[in-house]
Amino acid sequence: MEKTWNNKAWFMVLPVLLLVAFSAVIPLMTVVNYSVQDTFGNNVFFWAGTEWFEELLHSQRFYDALVRNLIFSAVILAIEVPLGIGIALAMPRKGWAVPVCLVTMALPLLIPWNVVGTIWQVFGRVDIGLLGHTLAAMGVNYNYVQDPFAAWITVVVMDVWHWTSLVVLLCYAGLVSIPEAFYQAARIDGASRWSVFRYIQLPKMHRVLLIAVLLRFMDSFMIYTEPFVVTGGGPGNTTTFMSIDLVKMAIGQFDLGPAAAMSLVYFLIVLLMCWVFYTVMTNYGQEKD
Amino acid sequence: MARINLDHIAHSYNPDPKSEADFALREVHQTWEDGSAYALLGPSGCGKTTLLNIISGLMTPSHGQVLFDGRDVTSLATEARNIAQVFQFPVIYDTMTVRENLAFPLRNRRVPEADIKKRVAETLEMLDLTAKADRKARGLTADEKQKISLGRGLVRSDVNAILFDEPLTVIDPHMKWVLRSQLKQLHRRFGFTMVYVTHDQTEALTFADKVVVMYGGEVVQVGTPEELFEKPRHTFVGYFIGSPGMNVLPCALEDGGAVIAGHRLPLEGRYRPLPGKVEAGIRPEFVLLTDDASGLPIQVRSVLDVGRYRVVRGTLGGHDLNAVVPEGMPIPAEPRALFEPGKLNIYHNSHLVEAEG
Amino acid sequence: MLEMRNVSKRVGAATHIADVSLTLERGSLNVLLGPTLSGKTTLMRLMAGLDQPTDGEILFDGGSVVGVPVRQRNVAMVYQQFINYPALTVYENIASPMRVAGVDKGTIDKRVREAAELLKLTPYLDRTPLNLSGGQQQRTALARAIVKGADLVLLDEPLANLDYKLREELREELPRLFAETGAIFVYATTEPSEAILLGGNTATLHEGRVTQFGRTIEVFNRPNDLLTAQTFSDPPLNLIEAKKQGGALLLGDGHRLPLPHGAATIADGSYLLGVRPHHLHAANPRAGGVPLEMRVAVTEITGSESFIHADFAGARWVALTAGVHNHDTGEQITLYLNPEQLFVFEPGGRLVVAPGGAAA
Repeated sequence: MEKTWNNKAWFMVLPVLLLVAFSAVIPLMTVVNYSVQDTFGNNVFFWAGTEWFEELLHSQRFYDALVRNLIFSAVILAIEVPLGIGIALAMPRKGWAVPVCLVTMALPLLIPWNVVGTIWQVFGRVDIGLLGHTLAAMGVNYNYVQDPFAAWITVVVMDVWHWTSLVVLLCYAGLVSIPEAFYQAARIDGASRWSVFRYIQLPKMHRVLLIAVLLRFMDSFMIYTEPFVVTGGGPGNTTTFMSIDLVKMAIGQFDLGPAAAMSLVYFLIVLLMCWVFYTVMTNYGQEKD
Repeated sequence: MARINLDHIAHSYNPDPKSEADFALREVHQTWEDGSAYALLGPSGCGKTTLLNIISGLMTPSHGQVLFDGRDVTSLATEARNIAQVFQFPVIYDTMTVRENLAFPLRNRRVPEADIKKRVAETLEMLDLTAKADRKARGLTADEKQKISLGRGLVRSDVNAILFDEPLTVIDPHMKWVLRSQLKQLHRRFGFTMVYVTHDQTEALTFADKVVVMYGGEVVQVGTPEELFEKPRHTFVGYFIGSPGMNVLPCALEDGGAVIAGHRLPLEGRYRPLPGKVEAGIRPEFVLLTDDASGLPIQVRSVLDVGRYRVVRGTLGGHDLNAVVPEGMPIPAEPRALFEPGKLNIYHNSHLVEAEG
Repeated sequence: MLEMRNVSKRVGAATHIADVSLTLERGSLNVLLGPTLSGKTTLMRLMAGLDQPTDGEILFDGGSVVGVPVRQRNVAMVYQQFINYPALTVYENIASPMRVAGVDKGTIDKRVREAAELLKLTPYLDRTPLNLSGGQQQRTALARAIVKGADLVLLDEPLANLDYKLREELREELPRLFAETGAIFVYATTEPSEAILLGGNTATLHEGRVTQFGRTIEVFNRPNDLLTAQTFSDPPLNLIEAKKQGGALLLGDGHRLPLPHGAATIADGSYLLGVRPHHLHAANPRAGGVPLEMRVAVTEITGSESFIHADFAGARWVALTAGVHNHDTGEQITLYLNPEQLFVFEPGGRLVVAPGGAAA
């Protein structure tokens, strides 16, 4: 859509600007304020300069959490994107099954994060959980409380279960917009199933996939609730992602200054990663023109 | 390419059709010659798309057989029929270059790379696309994209027929001319068997060797553009072809002449007396306006100047009568109508009646 | 009266509409003619108030309407796609704008039935649009635009998705409908033949500029410049370079054409000649036809007329001739051209001679 210059429009967006100022800008400035000061409580602050930032950037704990985050996001994307595309391709295009599939797909998306965490926490328990108990009965050594690998699997499976639907729905929307003539032409050209996917379906899904990858990346990079509910960041620190570490620092240890510095760095990392993703993917799209 | 036989083809969506009305496509029995261009022309819902889908293999007719060069292909799927098709909206592979688009059907059929190179180069040349061969296909204009769609058919050596489904819909008028005449030239040079579906008479008439006019699920006439213009076999053909369409006036046959609105006109040839509805058809192009007293008295309602000719809309004895007056020819103040001799057709229950000798 | 004064519309670095001035009278039918992306839709959006101009003024009955939102203007619009309320019957679809405006029931009923009668929709009033053919759906959309009693009715290629024959019939009905309502009608099309059949006034558009605005048949017969002539020619205008030297026009390959009367006073020099395809004749029509030897590329026959595509003096020409003329590719034929039917353009594109006399 083209935009037109209309002064009245500014009054319309004023409430939103105020809201954003109060909900985002002012808290952000507060965090900036905290990040350059030190406190021992009682609202007494000391100027700390860039000390917290330097400390953070030299702390192994921070890098460990960052690497965990990156691995987690990579694993999530590597599973959810192909799986989502696969499910979308397998979904029916017409008939009564379409609404059934769409509703089924949408269901996990409607469940709040902490509920998902709680469900899986119970589901995976060896004593009373259906999954945990069954696996134990089959002789599989599965215990997410003690085994880091099991804990990781649980968190990953949980996220896949919760969010693959989003990728599916976006891809499905892209797929149904392809006119029938394209498939007919491909048949006439003798194209294989793979060629149809590679040269018709994938290019037409390109835009929605970009959105899906961005959303899933941002979301998975900021993961907090599920591991917090299920593993609490353990065993040890193996599922302590940056967000969990941050909360531990800020609330558990009440290190406001370092926590503020970390949240700023965290924020910048997310911003940077999104920008990189976006540029890479849009450039990739334009190259083809 | 191949000769196409439509052997008593009919299609009904009803598994047990009882009457003519149950058929979306009524019986078609046609032989289309190898190397000829056919156009299926008719209004929407006339069955032309159904017939095309039956030829392409997207639909299996409930009755009859489709033969390519005598071989029964009725139950073969689209991909096994070796046809090419150009659709209403250009279908191209966005991510590929023009060259890759053209090579695609050959690669899928595992044609040796050297042959592919040669065929693609020839096809690019044929379509005037050589200069754009290495451009991404998605950046091209609509008419170039349509040429690529066509090229993916032309590049193959095994194609039985090329089918067109209203291929000029999204092309600007100026480009339509260019594309259409290029297509016609290709046809003249290489003799493809082509089937072209359209509702646009100009496209159908200029493209095809034979035009198949369809109406209400039925083929009403197959003929050359000239035949359709001069001797429409059905009043619908007279109406549908020509702008404005043929004038159709109620008439009575009386000893060797036709009586229209109380005026007797001589006819070439003799007609047997006909019971039921008899009409006379005359093309507006064959109605001459004169102030000669021998003409039929008409009332002029309006004159529409379309630049290279004028359409005079009038009535004769209460029935609409249009006349086409060429540029530069004066229209008399109180015009009377003369019908060009030999151009008057007689219709009995909407079907053309031939004179007996 | 709708007046556009030096209206421009730029989006970023791209100019969509450049310095357009138009005055459209009440009760008039105005055709915007131009190829895809020439700015027809943008111009309509500006007229409707869906977009605001970057520069210039738009006045309705003398008052500026720039910045007045669409809802407060009395505008109706019909699009290429058939846009109706799918859940409502044809009757309710037609009645909807009047219901919104709070017109009383009796008046609504009367006007819906009148419009339905006019557009031959009476038998379908109780059906929903999805059970109708494309033509009936578009007639429903047209009926809704007409009953609204809008001051300005904008039609954006309304017949483009309809069957050829149906298009022909509606084209004939529309000017009559327009005349009866007294509103300002604006009709966008890519097809020169459609503009001619509709009549009224035509504005030819090229890359966001109005190249000419006037009575349709006059714009067709006497285009101001080359762009207008090309936009308003279907089949395309044949063009060839020529040098005027004394009493003759010299073509590149040595052909000589006698000078048309209107060109007697123009200076010697280079010109561009334009020939409408129907001005090339297969037989010498009257005295004055100059024979031109051409090589046939392809012929297309419509049954009553023939389009002959042929090469002459280094260019591809199209002739539209009456009767059936079937020629083989490569055949040498003679076509006749009456120099009085030439368009003569200056190298810059300005028309200096039109068929039948010097340009104004």
